[in-house]
Amino acid sequence: MAPNSLKTDKFGLQISAQIMEYSKSEVLALVLLRMAIGWHFFYEGMVKVLNPLWTSKAYLMDSGGFLKEFFIWLAQNSTLQSAADVLNAWGLTLIGFSLIIGLFSRYAALAGMALLGLYYLSHPAFPGIEYLFPSDGSYFIINKTLVELFALYVIFTFPTDHLIGLERFWKKNLKQ
Amino acid sequence: MSQENKKERKGISRRDMIAGLVSIPVLGAIGYGLYLQNKDKINRTSGLLKNVKPIIPQGIPPLVDGSEIRIGIVGCGGRGEYLMKALGFVHPAKNDEWTERSKTDKYWLEYLTEYLGQENMNVKVTAICDIFEKNAKRAIATGANIFRNGINGKMDALPERFLTYKELVASPDVDAIIIATPDHLHVPVVLEAAKHGKHVYCEKPLSWTVEETFEVRKVVKDTGIIFQLGHQGRQTESYQVARSLIQQDVIGKISLIEVCTNRNDPNGAWVYDIDPEANENTIDWKQFIGPAPWHDFSLERFFRWRCWWDYSTGLSGDLFTHEFDAINQILDLGIPHSAMASGGIYFYKDGRTVPDVLNMAFEYPKRDLTLLYSATLSSEKNRGKAIMGHDAWLELDETLTVNLDPRSTRYKAEIESGILEPHKPIFSYVPGQDKIDAITTPTEKYFAGRGLLFTYRDGKAVDTTHLHLREWLNCIRLNDGTQPSCDIDQSFEEAITAHMGTISYHEGRRVNWDDVNEVIY
Repeated sequence: MAPNSLKTDKFGLQISAQIMEYSKSEVLALVLLRMAIGWHFFYEGMVKVLNPLWTSKAYLMDSGGFLKEFFIWLAQNSTLQSAADVLNAWGLTLIGFSLIIGLFSRYAALAGMALLGLYYLSHPAFPGIEYLFPSDGSYFIINKTLVELFALYVIFTFPTDHLIGLERFWKKNLKQ
Repeated sequence: MSQENKKERKGISRRDMIAGLVSIPVLGAIGYGLYLQNKDKINRTSGLLKNVKPIIPQGIPPLVDGSEIRIGIVGCGGRGEYLMKALGFVHPAKNDEWTERSKTDKYWLEYLTEYLGQENMNVKVTAICDIFEKNAKRAIATGANIFRNGINGKMDALPERFLTYKELVASPDVDAIIIATPDHLHVPVVLEAAKHGKHVYCEKPLSWTVEETFEVRKVVKDTGIIFQLGHQGRQTESYQVARSLIQQDVIGKISLIEVCTNRNDPNGAWVYDIDPEANENTIDWKQFIGPAPWHDFSLERFFRWRCWWDYSTGLSGDLFTHEFDAINQILDLGIPHSAMASGGIYFYKDGRTVPDVLNMAFEYPKRDLTLLYSATLSSEKNRGKAIMGHDAWLELDETLTVNLDPRSTRYKAEIESGILEPHKPIFSYVPGQDKIDAITTPTEKYFAGRGLLFTYRDGKAVDTTHLHLREWLNCIRLNDGTQPSCDIDQSFEEAITAHMGTISYHEGRRVNWDDVNEVIY
């Protein structure tokens, strides 16, 4: 992979502006990763959006680690807890949607990393912390949440929206 | 369309179209997954919740206004000390100890915060009585700590120490009595208090013998004192929710109820520590014996009195009564028609006379059901309370879960059409929540029933013993005949039921209750 140009995007918000040139295999690998994470986020989000009874309360109450008190406080404050539910469900959905269609997915990757960071902080895989909800494997510090977070960092660093995704039309428009 | 737009359109090749839109079909695939998942779930939750309106306890009842109530404590051992804490009094050294621990330990910080946050109940401990010097001295210092301070903090006047409960009860400085003595002394103290018109909060069980159970009920009723038995489980939210669900026939006809005790440590088996300061000079042994058969001084018997029938009511009176009172408040079972018990001393062969394994079956033919109790003091395998109905079974602890029965008649149509999943929880209630939840996700199914071990009111952890005492104090201040939730009639049912089990264990036969003549035969 090699940068072929350096420029900021039209919002001036892009942190790294390197537009990469990839081999076919690299594009395939990156797009598969982007789609897979998008799929996961979008499905998780929609399941929550479509279920009026869904709430993160039990999950938050089961928090552990050094921010445990914060998450429990959040779960016990009904206003904040409802807000967290809405933001979480729609956040997941929109991030997933963006990653799948390939538009603004660098921002989506950042937002996704923030969400996953919060999940991790509420349930860190530290030794000595036990949760009511059993983990699906054996983890020491690194768990699947953290791996997905780092995968999103890859998506952020190596954008593919301009190759496979709606941004391709956007870019074309800008070029015209 | 403007000229410019046309130009742009031309710039997009077929290749661009494919590369740009290739991911869109993915959304379709996910949409199908969502359709499948959601169809299932919405079906499963609709219908059931609509018709069920559980009664959820709403917050801590406010204190009734009134003058300060002066309290005398009879029995200041472990339980007496705990009751004083629930009233708002701890020993100043203990206060210091908790403060110190809470600096490094969050559990103790929560514990201390909960205690310090307890509302002042406008009571004063004016008198204490304990037959062990050390306990009496501790209780005096505890009762004086009205401002919840440490050793160097400001204290109120010291409560007066009485050497006998009779003197304490007769004191004009006492309005109400809290009893936390061994079982064999409960009724003698209640009788004395009632005769002096003093209100009583008495630890469970109500009585040690059948005869005194009748006597105490009569005297409490005749004197009109406010009486509360110390089954703080009356304040457990999930029991109140369970009652409302059963009243709405959510689980169908109930045929069997199973309640259990599962402990597996010496403390749980009543092998308490023997205080090194205890001896014949620091313990009033004669008063300890009271109505019990004479036995020479024994530190073991004094500290581990629960292990001997001479002072104790065994598993039936000590631990089954908690379970019975929980079920009685949910179902208004009352006294059973018959009891059959068996068990033995199978693990703790330490000279005790009460069994450490006990199984009892109580029949309620008028209600068409059996109440089963099963206890061991040497296994912690958790067996919660289970109320088994034809249509569903209800599991109960701090939390409440309703599980659908696959052979239910009431929910047959829903099960056949796939709307309801048999064997799976259909409702759960976690204390502190303001609603019953339909269980819709695997995570929720997992959490349901396991519970998050908090006892809440208004989202705050609250000690049920504090609530139970508060209810008693409120009834005293109301002074309009209102009795607390575990009043003398409820207590009578508790005691007679427990005694029937114990008699059956001793005599190895079925023991019956004649509810017309009120006789055990």
